[in-house]
Amino acid sequence: MTSLFEYILKTPVVTEALKPADDTQIEVIARQIDESARRRFGRSLHIRQVDAGSCNGCELEIGALNNPYYDLERFGMHFVASPRHADCLLVTGPVTRNMADPLKRTYDATPAPKIVVAIGDCAHDCGVFAGGYGVVGPVSAIVPVDAVVHGCPPAPREILLGIRAALEKRT
Amino acid sequence: MLTEITIEFLQLLIVMFGSPLLVGVIRKVKARLQGRRGASIFQPYADIRKLLAKEVVVSENTSWIFHFTPYLLATTMLFSALIVPVLTTRAPLGFMGNIIALMYLFLLGTFFLALAGLDAGSAFGGMGSSREVAIAALAEPTVLIAIFGIALRAGTTSLDGIITRSVADPLLMLNAGHLLAFFAFFIVALAENGRLPVDNPATHLELTMIHEAMILEYSGRLLALVEWAAGMKLFLFLTLLSNLFFPWGIALTNTPITIFTAFVALAVKLLLFGAAIALVETSVAKLRLFRVPELLAGSFTVALLAVVTAFFIR
Amino acid sequence: MVIESTVMLDLFLVTLACFSAGAVGALATARWTNLSRLVGHGGALAGAIAAFAFGVAGLAGGDMQLKVPDLLPLGGAAFGVDRVSAFFVVVIALGAIPSALYAIGYTREYAGKYSLAGMAFAFNVFVAAMILVPLVRNVLTFLVLWELMSLASYFLVITEHKREETLRAGWVYFVMTHAGFAALLMGFLLLARATGTMSFTEWGTAAAQLTPASRNLIFILFALGFGSKAGVVPLHVWLPRAHPAAPSHVSALMSGVMIKLGVYGMVRVAFDWLGAGPPWWGAMMLTVGAFSGVLGVLYALVDADLKRLLAYSSVENIGIIMLGLGAAMLFQSSNLPGLAALALVAGLYHTLNHAAFKSLLFMGAGAVLHATHTRNMEELGGLIKRMPQTAIFFLVGSLAIAALPPFNGFLSEWLTFQSLLLSFQISAHTVNLIFALGVAALALTSGLAAACFVKAFGITFLALPRSETAALAREVAWTMRAAMALLALACVVLGVAPSLVLAPLEATVFDLMGGHADMQFDFTAVVAKDGFGWVAPLWIALGFVAFLVAIPLALRLIGVNHRRRYYETWGCGRALQTARFEYTAMAFANPFKRVFALLYRPVKELDIEFHPESRYFVRTIGYYNEGRLIFEDALYKPLLRLIQALAREARVLQSGNVHGYLVYILVALVALLILTV
Repeated sequence: MTSLFEYILKTPVVTEALKPADDTQIEVIARQIDESARRRFGRSLHIRQVDAGSCNGCELEIGALNNPYYDLERFGMHFVASPRHADCLLVTGPVTRNMADPLKRTYDATPAPKIVVAIGDCAHDCGVFAGGYGVVGPVSAIVPVDAVVHGCPPAPREILLGIRAALEKRT
Repeated sequence: MLTEITIEFLQLLIVMFGSPLLVGVIRKVKARLQGRRGASIFQPYADIRKLLAKEVVVSENTSWIFHFTPYLLATTMLFSALIVPVLTTRAPLGFMGNIIALMYLFLLGTFFLALAGLDAGSAFGGMGSSREVAIAALAEPTVLIAIFGIALRAGTTSLDGIITRSVADPLLMLNAGHLLAFFAFFIVALAENGRLPVDNPATHLELTMIHEAMILEYSGRLLALVEWAAGMKLFLFLTLLSNLFFPWGIALTNTPITIFTAFVALAVKLLLFGAAIALVETSVAKLRLFRVPELLAGSFTVALLAVVTAFFIR
Repeated sequence: MVIESTVMLDLFLVTLACFSAGAVGALATARWTNLSRLVGHGGALAGAIAAFAFGVAGLAGGDMQLKVPDLLPLGGAAFGVDRVSAFFVVVIALGAIPSALYAIGYTREYAGKYSLAGMAFAFNVFVAAMILVPLVRNVLTFLVLWELMSLASYFLVITEHKREETLRAGWVYFVMTHAGFAALLMGFLLLARATGTMSFTEWGTAAAQLTPASRNLIFILFALGFGSKAGVVPLHVWLPRAHPAAPSHVSALMSGVMIKLGVYGMVRVAFDWLGAGPPWWGAMMLTVGAFSGVLGVLYALVDADLKRLLAYSSVENIGIIMLGLGAAMLFQSSNLPGLAALALVAGLYHTLNHAAFKSLLFMGAGAVLHATHTRNMEELGGLIKRMPQTAIFFLVGSLAIAALPPFNGFLSEWLTFQSLLLSFQISAHTVNLIFALGVAALALTSGLAAACFVKAFGITFLALPRSETAALAREVAWTMRAAMALLALACVVLGVAPSLVLAPLEATVFDLMGGHADMQFDFTAVVAKDGFGWVAPLWIALGFVAFLVAIPLALRLIGVNHRRRYYETWGCGRALQTARFEYTAMAFANPFKRVFALLYRPVKELDIEFHPESRYFVRTIGYYNEGRLIFEDALYKPLLRLIQALAREARVLQSGNVHGYLVYILVALVALLILTV
């Protein structure tokens, strides 16, 4: 126990400032929510991540957002377990046949106003899995998408900036 | 008469608006201990404000109980804010209930929340309800025996009376029974408010959830009320811990100066307790569910020791 | 005949007349079943109302003495009323009025299958006997009426005699009640012989003549007899069998009212007939109460049969009443009359409250049974949408029994807590420790009861129906709902306006013990012993209403989003949401089963049936997790085996030889002659 507290005392706060990225990675497609909703989400956004058949590469990058270096909580964002609590759906993966219906249900279970951010090349246009027999189509074929973050997988910084871009927040 | 109403109003406002701040402070301290910047201490306010603007998605399987429960939770907490001596021992509405009545008011909230968890017909909700009532039931003996210990020393179970008599005795803090009762009560506070090591408030794994599992179906303003009520419960428990066991600074008369001092003292004590909880949560792992009764049994033994010392060391 | 007060006597005779009319009328109109049902239960209803009036008049101070010298041997039949008797008559009437009203609608489904006239007849005899028992002032009258009450209830319990388990339940009840009766008989006869009189009113003063040894023996016998009627652990085994088997209005009466007569007996024994006893009496009652409370609710928690759950819960509440009684006895033997009175007030208040909410709960369970034809909670669910009013009444009952403010159960448990906590005024360390454990037991009981009724209400009424019959349930007849509404109202009123009850209770206890209870109360608040504890139930209720109105109003004023959308339950995106995904009663009780496994000693069985073609596919999985009943296994089964072994040995005497029997008669005659000379 004391070694834990020694470690805590010795380690400083390691959160890094968010550097701007080049905008080709991030594509804002639609604006489903109005100005006031976007302002409110800018201060407090609850995110529900949905894996619609991805290889988990994007999940690892998204998982990194919770660590002390990227720390998405400082932007008021927070991951939640239930879509009822969520404002933003973070969808990864080409949508497989098995996950098409659950993704739709998850979207319907989320209360309005809500946004959807598609992460990764697979979510954008099925990526390397395009045309596969188990794949239905990109995320925009199942649910309306606000923003897309390209990359295979995109870096955590891009993902964070992508979400903020969907809310029209510049760094 | 006017002072009386003002004071009750002030207590109500402090509990209403102070509880999100307390939750925010605890999260901030935890974040700093984890080496990250963390959300602002005012984040819970932003969360509630945003939730109030969202629509409510309700399961078709639910009944009026689902809709009623968040309002009832908020009601019981706000009502308790009128009874608990937040700023002063001379709260005019303090006669409405003593500490035992207060514990039953909290139990009323838990009862309805457990029903709401069952209402949607989901397995998660039922699981959360089952675990929550199990822990609440097993924590009851500890609470009441700790109250017995306190009442023995103070000669009364009314909240105002306990504090008045504690303040009168400066050596009380060194009393073994007093500290034992405090320790038992602290464990119960952790259990009742869903804090580590009993329940992780930040978990995403439904199978490890207790309190969170019952509120998975809530959204919008109903969720805002439930979260706010949970924050108020934590605030009230910590206020009880600070003012019953360490009553320094509390107002014994109702003058502006004493009230202001009480406010500052309360803020300091709550900050310290919040930091202590954050420290505890950082240093322990969540207990396996069926180890929690052992923890509660341990706290019961401590409370019983408090009672026994009160009898033998008068 | 010696008569003293005309109004009281008139009410008394009217009561008897109504019940007789009901009983005889039911039999007379037996051919026309509907008329018989109405006449029989209508008569009982009228009699119960008259009895309620009688009881209230008695509490206000009315007096009555009635002796009928030649009706029974050994002193005739003697009745009288004092405040204690009047209080219990009020308790019985409070249970009987709704029960009779309820029965009118409920017994309709028995038409054609079982004799409605017989049921109505037995019902009238049962209620009349129960009302008369507290008014009896004479040993033989008491025994006759007690036995009449037991027999009438036995016949009511085995109403559905075509079912095997009902007959078995009735048999257990029959044996237990008569074993208790035997203990009572011995106690009464010993006491009558020691004091030289058969009249109750003279025992109080004559108690001083008893030797400590005989007084202890008589106390033990009475405790066994009245305890088995009340249903304290370990004499409770008949309760969870008889109450579920009986028709619901009878269960409501038995659980809500009949077991209180055991409490009545203990109150008389401890505070009236035997005078002040040694501390171990109170300590024993308190310990027994603590055990009954905890064990009763623990067994209720793991039960999936709705009515058996309620029966075990009655055991728990009797435990709470005994805690109050035991505390009162301990305070009395420690010379603290004010506190003793307070504890007794708490115990009696809980008696009244339990009659109200337990009858309500049993009636609710009966309504569910009526609508769905099953008591098994694993097959129920979703009834709040199909039977909304029954659901609300059951919810009120659940809140009351879980002792939650602002209902009546909260207030009586609060008072019991206050009296237990005030025990620090006694300075004997063992007694203090016993009281501390009593506080812990009461707290645990209270918490577990809340858990139990979350389960009972939640699994039965909420979410989706778990079977076809539950999905097709319909709301019940207006008579049944009216009866439940009456009791729900009583639960609220008794909780919010305690002074209605506390004032007559205080007077009752003063009559009995001569001490004023250490509490002050007015229309809104109750204070225990000069500020040791405060509670203001009316204010709590008003405060709740105020906040419940203010919060939605405030939300509307700040302009929150008021849109509401209905969608499926969140099932992780799963396509199907059926009742199979809901939590079951057994699953809900699982944490308790594991924590208290030492008590339940559960036996787990897992039955997996595989598909004949391949072991990779499973057809069915059967999971059984039954607890074992320790009292049956550890106490009763060995006792029964012993008795059967002794009986086998004694069979030798039944030689079948007439000459042998003649020798037995001669020996018995000679022995009797020697003993009496």
